Amino acid sequence: MEGLVAVAIGVLVAAGVYLALRPRLFSVLLGITLLSYAVNLFLLAAGGLVVDAAPLTDRPGPYPDPLPQALVLTAIVISFGMTALVIVLTLRAMSERGHDRVDDGPDGGPA
Amino acid sequence: MPFVLALLPAALQRARVPPSAAAGAVAAAAAALLAWQAPAVADGQLLLFSVPWVPHIGLDFAFRLDGLSLLFAALIVGIGLLVILYAHYYLSDEDRNGRFFAYLLLFMGAMLGVVTADNLLLLLVFWELTSLSSFLLIGFWRGSAEARQGARLALLVTGAGGLALLAGVVLIGDIVGSYSLGEVLAAGDAIRGDDRYPLLLALVLLGAFTKSAQFPFHFWLPHAMAAPTPVSAYLHSATMVKAGIFLLMRLWPALAGSEEWFWVVGGTGLVTMIFAAYVALFQHDLKGLLAYSTVSQLGLITLLLGLGTPLAEIAAVFHVINHAAFKASLFMAAGIVDHETGTRDMRRLSGLARHMPYTATLAIVAASAMAGVPLLNGFISKEMFFAETFALPAPWSWVMPLAATLGGLFSVAYSARFVHDVFFGGQARDLPRTPHEPPRFMRVPVEILVVICLLVGLGPGLIVEPALRLAASALLQGPLPAFSLALWHGLNLPVLMSVVALAGGIALYLARRYLWSLHAETARALSGKRITESTVTALSAASTWLHGLIDRGGLRLSLVALLLVALAAGVAGFLPGPPVPTKVPLPAGLAGWAGFAALACAAAATVVLHRERLLAVVCVGVIGLVVSLAFVRLSAPDLALTQLLVEVITVLLLLLAMYFLPQRSPRESSGVRRAVDAFIAFLAGAGAAVLAWAMMLAPGETLSGFYLGQAKPGGGGYNVVNVILVDFRALDTLGEITVLGIAAFAVVAILDRIELPGRPLDWDGRPWPAGRSLLLEVLSRPLLPLALLVSTYLLLRGHNLPGGGFIAGLVTGTAVLVQYLGHGNAWVEARLPPRYTSVAALGIALAAVTGLASLAFGAPFLTSTFGYLDWPVVGRFEVASAMVFDLGVYLAVVGVVLSVLATIGRQHNAPEAG
Repeated sequence: MEGLVAVAIGVLVAAGVYLALRPRLFSVLLGITLLSYAVNLFLLAAGGLVVDAAPLTDRPGPYPDPLPQALVLTAIVISFGMTALVIVLTLRAMSERGHDRVDDGPDGGPA
Repeated sequence: MPFVLALLPAALQRARVPPSAAAGAVAAAAAALLAWQAPAVADGQLLLFSVPWVPHIGLDFAFRLDGLSLLFAALIVGIGLLVILYAHYYLSDEDRNGRFFAYLLLFMGAMLGVVTADNLLLLLVFWELTSLSSFLLIGFWRGSAEARQGARLALLVTGAGGLALLAGVVLIGDIVGSYSLGEVLAAGDAIRGDDRYPLLLALVLLGAFTKSAQFPFHFWLPHAMAAPTPVSAYLHSATMVKAGIFLLMRLWPALAGSEEWFWVVGGTGLVTMIFAAYVALFQHDLKGLLAYSTVSQLGLITLLLGLGTPLAEIAAVFHVINHAAFKASLFMAAGIVDHETGTRDMRRLSGLARHMPYTATLAIVAASAMAGVPLLNGFISKEMFFAETFALPAPWSWVMPLAATLGGLFSVAYSARFVHDVFFGGQARDLPRTPHEPPRFMRVPVEILVVICLLVGLGPGLIVEPALRLAASALLQGPLPAFSLALWHGLNLPVLMSVVALAGGIALYLARRYLWSLHAETARALSGKRITESTVTALSAASTWLHGLIDRGGLRLSLVALLLVALAAGVAGFLPGPPVPTKVPLPAGLAGWAGFAALACAAAATVVLHRERLLAVVCVGVIGLVVSLAFVRLSAPDLALTQLLVEVITVLLLLLAMYFLPQRSPRESSGVRRAVDAFIAFLAGAGAAVLAWAMMLAPGETLSGFYLGQAKPGGGGYNVVNVILVDFRALDTLGEITVLGIAAFAVVAILDRIELPGRPLDWDGRPWPAGRSLLLEVLSRPLLPLALLVSTYLLLRGHNLPGGGFIAGLVTGTAVLVQYLGHGNAWVEARLPPRYTSVAALGIALAAVTGLASLAFGAPFLTSTFGYLDWPVVGRFEVASAMVFDLGVYLAVVGVVLSVLATIGRQHNAPEAG
């Protein structure tokens, strides 16, 4: 299970990084979303994996580590806030410049 | 002593409405408090007041009021009052606002803090505050480049000195073992005997000399004259520049008495006194002359402190008083001249005595005091100074008196120039304004100060001797030597020196034409301002170059650099040896493999299809769903719920945005670039995978035991994740919803008045379908109350079962969004006023207030409590204060989600409406 989760994180990171390096804001946005999935999974994994249980102490154990879960919960909501902000920045860039390229220069490179 | 504390905030608050009157009232209140405390100090008591602030670094909120503090505090408050009165008339109506007086009072509070602090670190805090408020006051006329430069220069020099002082103070604290002034002053021998004494002395003196504008750090003061004149009178002559002097006096028992002290302090004082007096003579700007004369007089005081004899210290204290009186009045007189004629250039001014005889008389008396003319206060302290210069050993016993006489001679010359150039001579032509006497009350502060000069000069024993004895004994921390203040000590050497200085000074003034032409040749090279400015320019050019080196423009390059550094750091971490997995891996099972396969396929599809944006969004949605399933499998039900809901909202958001964006990304990057990017991505992914794998199988204990054990007894809930969020780590959560709120406000602000092209046709050239989906419209209506019920349930049960404010907020947000989708913006907003940002703000406020409420019960911020209620029908029900906090979280999330989506959604209507 651990190996599977690790590879899954790796796949998400690779896909996220590749997309974040694309020259269009929309792709960057998708890349950031994938990266945040990876980071959330990674944080959760930091507490060690426990299968088919719940951090509810009125049930019998074993319990998963609740602290990474609390961190990830807020991280998910925060990443929503960040996604919203990047989307809005994309819209603003679209309105001001007429395109959604990351950088102004030719070939999407620096100006 | 709490008056010092009360002064600062009270001053700032109250200064808003009728600024000058309120400021005056605050200063008067401070003066009254001071007067109330004064008799106790006069009886020889040492008033102390102390509250621990940061005890583990020895920082206490400690104040003391002894003779020295009292004297300086009286100067600060007294002259402050006069300056406030003066400023009321000096400033124009639009300048005479709360900002100015708030700054002034801020400065007054900080300065009082400096002179009354009993803790060296606290003193330093106030010290920096005076630098900052001085910066604000010098730059008060923001429109003027000169004012901005002057302010920056002053902050740079005094701020750097403050840093040096901090280091010096830390060294003192390290040697003494305490920052308390009482202990430091008693430990003089230990400090002087320590190896680090020369270093700490140099650091402390750097602080004092920069603040008191001693050579070679004097150059900021003349440029600070760009400040409004009341500020110059107050900060840059009477008080702030005396902070450095005060520090030397305060630490005199601890630091003075060594060879180093004599050479450095005395030498600096001597050079400053003569050099600045010489330069003052050549200033054409009235305030420039006064600025350099201030530097020179401060040099004199420093010199006296450097001499190290108790009598010299007394003379120093005495001269501080005298200088404050005559220099503040001179600045005010200069301000009057500037105000009534429109210029401060002495080459244009002349013959003003005819137009403003009264002001001229006052200025002449004050200038004579500065020159050391008999019958005035400056004469007596100068006599004391001259007498002290003889008290030195061999070669100095004649060098020092000569130097002192020379300094005195220059000061007579510049005083003469001030008086003669401005008030006498022929009628001035083409002045910007016709000169006349100023308003009555603008003169009052000058009159009071000049009268003080006269009274002290005539009857020194009566007026200042008690205060002087009090202050000097606090300075020396020991018995006072015998001394007497009198106008006439008989015909002796000091009197002779005075006569020489007076006569020579007047002669020098008469010969000024020759000197000026000589001076014009040499002055340019030695501009401290120019040196500082060019250093600053060079530094900023260097940082621009460095920045250009790192940031070549473009997100991709920055990201690549970041990733490569991260990778290198990660690899370096593994270098000592590959990780050894110790835990036994769990079996993956069929579901695990299936989920992994789905995730991997979707990720691959996202990458391959990323230019077809709609499909890519769908793929990302699939990944999100698989991740939430993974959360279910990995025992995180709360996360699964949250992820699911956020996924829905994020996909909606992306689709809304896509309306305005191209539906496809063109292929823009070259094959090489794509290959390079793919390689970097592969490295990053592989690194992350190895790291995750090593982390999961590494041995180690987590903190989980504490939280699992304490959740019920400490937080009153079984759902540990929720208890952590709203109780154990509630402060983090409060911060997080605040960040969310800020993001929502940023979204609203960025989209404000944005112009996006409307699209009558979709990207394939087809018209958009008219009307709405009837099915969605019918289904969405009953959904809202149901969803609200579910959210309430989730919110209430969150403490014990998966749920809570975040999840409930997302459910409510989604339900309202469905209304938008089903009925359109107009329909929803007619029924539900779209003040979502207010909802978010209310939520954050509610959470914060819940946290504050625990303070009212004497518990730390965000402490929670819980109890049980027996409700009819429902039965026994738990009520925890953390639930109110969770309600705040709920409202914040609802507000944020809706404000973001509704703001973007509203853009769809905007083009149609327009």
